[in-house]
Amino acid sequence: MEDVSFKLSDDETLAIIGPNGAGKTVLVKCLLGLMVYRGEVVWDKDVKVGYVPQKLSVEKNLPLTVGEFLTLKEKDQPKIKESLLKVGFIEHKLPLKARLGVLSGGELQRVLIAYALLGNPNVLIFDEPTSGVDVTGEETIYGLLHKLRTEKHLAIIFISHELHVVSQYADTVLCLNKEKVCYGTPHHAINEEVLAKLYGEKVALYEHHHDH
Amino acid sequence: MGAVSGLLGSLMVVKRMSLVGDALSHVALPGMAVALMLKTNPMYGAFLALFLAILGIWYLEKSSETYPEALVGLFFTASLAVGILITPEMELFEALFGSIEKISVLDGVVIILLSLVIVTVIRFIWRQLILDIVSPDLARVGGVKMTKINLLFLLMVGMTVALGVKFLGTLLTGALVIIPAIAARNISSNLSAYRLWSMGFGVLSAVIGILLGLWWSLPVGPLVVLVGVALFGTTFIYKLTAHK
Repeated sequence: MEDVSFKLSDDETLAIIGPNGAGKTVLVKCLLGLMVYRGEVVWDKDVKVGYVPQKLSVEKNLPLTVGEFLTLKEKDQPKIKESLLKVGFIEHKLPLKARLGVLSGGELQRVLIAYALLGNPNVLIFDEPTSGVDVTGEETIYGLLHKLRTEKHLAIIFISHELHVVSQYADTVLCLNKEKVCYGTPHHAINEEVLAKLYGEKVALYEHHHDH
Repeated sequence: MGAVSGLLGSLMVVKRMSLVGDALSHVALPGMAVALMLKTNPMYGAFLALFLAILGIWYLEKSSETYPEALVGLFFTASLAVGILITPEMELFEALFGSIEKISVLDGVVIILLSLVIVTVIRFIWRQLILDIVSPDLARVGGVKMTKINLLFLLMVGMTVALGVKFLGTLLTGALVIIPAIAARNISSNLSAYRLWSMGFGVLSAVIGILLGLWWSLPVGPLVVLVGVALFGTTFIYKLTAHK
């Protein structure tokens, strides 16, 4: 990948979009220091990054409960409860004793967000928050993102390949297809030419159709 | 020994490396053979052989994305074959299937002390190991140096197998690592129960196996393994009926 420079300010939500294989996950892994890269990633001194991975590599029958998983990060049980409440679980129905393997896609995603929140981050990085989540679940995740952002003064970077969530929830968008195709506010940055470069003509027309 | 095997096994099963313990125990044989030829304690030969094998596995795991299981299998069966050829014939049966009578008081003390060391080390790296199973990326973002932790874990696996070979032999040691863990998984709904049951089943297999062996005057190793299998069968039936 080349020329992918961008910046992220306090309280900003940045979406990274692009087709499969565009390098979105690679970029995120570089930001997190999980990959070797050329170039420079500069974080502010007091930045604390929370990372929400796309999925976990758990087998269905892995005997690990949500409570035990969260305890890997934070021993204080009241804090664990608090973070589960923050991501939309209900007081008397906290899934503390549920095994990770039996959670639905949306529930697992929220548990992963709770895990990230336990570190009191001021930057959250989501790798494709909605993959494997149904439409209603998907809306809750983005609604939740939005809520967290206003409540906790978080800067957020999320990867997506769904354009409608980008215009709805992101302040800034970075379009990737091995290189930077667009960068700016969704309204200005995304146009037909950009979409064609990202997804090919067909999708551009389809999205255009949707706009009307 | 039973508790330590259960503890290590509980991690190996969820790390999907169940057969590594089995394969590793085969590597012990040439080490034991050389030690026997030099008239020293075969347990120390097993230690050395396993230490080298562990470094090999760790290096392969670290340097390639896809774990070359077939290659590991080849290497381990080859060392078993070499081991059989060079083990003095008198000692071969014992080396393959173990013999509790040959464990001296000193061996016993060494086994107990090293078992305590293994349990302590595992306690220390437990959190990181579990996190790495759930999500290697989350572990690394959290600053965990997984290559080091994994080496430490593999060394503990090697040590456990080395402690077990005199007792259960190179063919059966792997069983005491795996069977208690899979039996425990049948009946555990959370991690601490799983760990506890796995250690408990390890102890039960060993103790009942030894008692039956003394009682029936039969070799202890196979009985320990069969008790483990019986525990697995019982928990499996429990699991089937509990879900109805």
